Amino acid sequence: MLAEFRLPALGADMEAGTLVEWHVAPGDRCRRGDVVAVVETDKGAIDVEIFVDGVVRELRVLPGTRVPVGTVIAVLDTEAPAPAPEELPPPPRTATVESAGAAIQQRAKISPAARKRAQELHVDVASLRGTGPEGAITVQDVERAGPSPQPLPAAAEEAAAGMRAAIAAAMSRSKREIPHYYLATPVDVTPAVDWLAAHNAAVPVTERLLLAVLLVRAVALACRDHPGFSGFYRDGRYEPSPVVHVGVAVALRGGGLVAPAIMDTAGRPLAALMNDFRDLVARARAGRLRASELAAPTIILTSLGEASVETVLPIIQPPQVAIVGAGMVAVRPWIVDGRVVPRHVLTLSLGADHRVTDGRLGAQFLARIAALLADPAAL
Amino acid sequence: MTEPARITYREATKQGLREALLADPRVFLMGEDIGRYGGCFAVSKGLLDEFGEERIRDTPLSESAFVGAGIGAALGGMRPIVEVMTVNFSLLALDQIVNTAATLCHMSGGQFPVPVVIRMATGAGRQLAAQHSHSFEAWYAHVPGLRVVEPATIDDARGIMRAALASPDPVIVFEPISLYNMEGELTDAATQVQLEGARVHRAGGGVTLVTYGASLWRCVAAAESLAQEGIDAEIVDLRCLRPIDDATVLASVRKTRRVVIVDEGWRTCSLAAEVGQRIVEQGFYDLDAPIARVCTEEVPIPYPLHLEQAALPGPERIIAAVRRLFGHAG
Repeated sequence: MLAEFRLPALGADMEAGTLVEWHVAPGDRCRRGDVVAVVETDKGAIDVEIFVDGVVRELRVLPGTRVPVGTVIAVLDTEAPAPAPEELPPPPRTATVESAGAAIQQRAKISPAARKRAQELHVDVASLRGTGPEGAITVQDVERAGPSPQPLPAAAEEAAAGMRAAIAAAMSRSKREIPHYYLATPVDVTPAVDWLAAHNAAVPVTERLLLAVLLVRAVALACRDHPGFSGFYRDGRYEPSPVVHVGVAVALRGGGLVAPAIMDTAGRPLAALMNDFRDLVARARAGRLRASELAAPTIILTSLGEASVETVLPIIQPPQVAIVGAGMVAVRPWIVDGRVVPRHVLTLSLGADHRVTDGRLGAQFLARIAALLADPAAL
Repeated sequence: MTEPARITYREATKQGLREALLADPRVFLMGEDIGRYGGCFAVSKGLLDEFGEERIRDTPLSESAFVGAGIGAALGGMRPIVEVMTVNFSLLALDQIVNTAATLCHMSGGQFPVPVVIRMATGAGRQLAAQHSHSFEAWYAHVPGLRVVEPATIDDARGIMRAALASPDPVIVFEPISLYNMEGELTDAATQVQLEGARVHRAGGGVTLVTYGASLWRCVAAAESLAQEGIDAEIVDLRCLRPIDDATVLASVRKTRRVVIVDEGWRTCSLAAEVGQRIVEQGFYDLDAPIARVCTEEVPIPYPLHLEQAALPGPERIIAAVRRLFGHAG
C-alpha cells in the first residue's frame, strides 16, 4: 500500500517549512522514527521523523523549497517486503548512484534562470506550474507569478522575525482561548540542594546532576498522579496523555525560545534525564531538534531561576493545559520546628487551564511536586 | 574591376585568393589539381593563366609532402596558401599540421612563426560519400597553435584570406562543399573581415542558435519557419572555431536564455559539446532550458541523397529541438 508522507506541523502554529535536505532516496527502507529529512522552520532546522515503516517510492519536494504544512513530501510503500538479512545481497557499487539518479528524477524541474529570478522576485516556486520542457518552471512562469508583496528580510533576521511571529501567534492564541488560573507557592528545596551537593561530590563530573533535572522528574511523576495537567485540549475536549512528555523551555541565544520534550519523562531515571536534558539544550541551541520533540510536550516546565526571578506566572502553550514555573533558588529565613533557620527556597508556580482543572486540583498538583522534591533520594 | 552585385561563394573565395596574389609577391598557391584543372571545386580556375606556374603550383598526390612543403615555404619567408582537397584527405597531413605547423613557433621561443594558410573543403551535401564528406573542424579546433576559421557567408569568404595571411600563425580555412554554388550579395563588410570573433547573423529574442559553416543556412531556414510560430530566433555564426568567441555567444544566451547548438560534426566530442560546456560554465544561471544540440547522425556520411540529407542537421530537426525548449511536443 502506498502511504503519503505529509509535512508535519512542527509546532502548534507552524504553517510552512523549507525542506533543507533529504536523508533518504527512493528505494531506501525506513522505519517509524527514522529521521528522513531536515526542515527549516521558525524554530530552526528540525530533523523530521517518518511515522510509518516502508520503502521510499518518491520524493516530491526539492531541497530549498518552502511548502505548507500538510503538503505530501514523499510517498512510501508500506507493504514492500522486508529483505531477509541472509538474502540481502551486498549492495552493488552503483546502487547509490542509481537511487540518487532516481531522486533527481523526482525533483521539481526549475530552470537555473527561473530559480535565480524567483529569488530576486521572492517568488515561491513551489506554488508555480511549469510550462517549459517536461513541465519545468521557466523565467516566464516566475515573472507571471510576480513578486511577493513584501521582500523578505535577510536570512538571520528572517529566522528571528519568524520565531518572534510564531511565539506571538501561540501566546496570543493561548491568552485568547485559554482561561488561565495561576497558583504559586514557595517550596523549601534544601533537601534537594543538599542531596545534589552530596551526590555530585561523589560522582565524576560527567555524572553530576542539576536541580533542573530533579524538577523535571518531579513534575513528570506528579503528572502521573494528576492527569488533568498533562495532555491536550482539542476541539472542545480534553484528552489526558497516557505518557508524560515534559517540555523544557530553552531560551535561545539569538532570542526567542523553544520547548522540546524529554520523551516519556516519567519513565526515565535521573541519570538518563540529565543526559537527555544536556542533549536537548545543546541541540535546541544548534537548531537541530526533532519534529516529534517539538510537537510532543504534554506539559512544560519553565525556569527563570537564572534570571533572578522570584515567581514566574507562565502562559500555557496550546493545545497543552498546564505549565509549571520555577523561580530562583534563594536562601531565605524559614521556620522549621518553631525556629527561624536559613533554607534554600524556590517558588513553584502553575499556569493551568480552567476549562480542564480548578484551583483546588492545581494546588494539590503543586503540593505533590513539592513533596517529591522533599525526598530527592526517592526520585 | 567592378564586382557583380551577386556572386557565388566559389567566386568570392577566388576573388579573395586573387586579391592576395596581387597584393603580395610572397603569396603563392599550391595543391592537387589547382592549376591546370582549375581546382577540384573550380575555385582556382583561371588563376594559372593569370599568375603562371611559379605561383599556382600543381602538386603530386601526397598531402603530407605538399603541406610540409608549404610549412617549409612559410618558414622561409613566403606566404603559401595550400589547398587540401577535403578535410578527409587532410588527415594524411595531420602530422605536418599538428606536430610541425602548430608547434614550431612555440618550440623555438617565438623565433620561427609558420604563417601558412591551409584551405580545405568540408562537409556533406554533394553526394560525395563517406570519404569526402566529413566535418573534422573539431579536430583542428582542439589544437593550440592553430587558428581555425570557417567562412559561411559571401562576405566572409571574400574577406577571410586577407585576414588569414596577416596572421603569423598557421590558419586552417574550412570551406563548406555545399556552399560553393551558393549565391549572395557581396557587400562592403567583406573588406572588414577579421580572423577572430563570432557574429550575430540574425537578431532575435526567443532562442539562440549557435552554429557555423553550412549549418548557418539550415539555421536561417529554421528561423524563418519558427518566426511564423512566433519564436524569434537569434543566430550566432561562430565564424572562428579557434579561438571561440565566448562573449558573443554568452551575450546572446543571456538575452534569449535558450540555446540550440547546430553542428555538422558528430555529436560525440564535438564543437557543439565544447560550446555547450562553455555556456554552462559561464551562463548556467541564465539558462531557462537545457542546452540542446542538433548534430550529424553518428554514421559515416551515406552516399544516397535521402540518407545523406537525413544524417545532416536539417531545418526540421532544428525546429523540433527549438520547440522542445519551449515545452512543445517536438
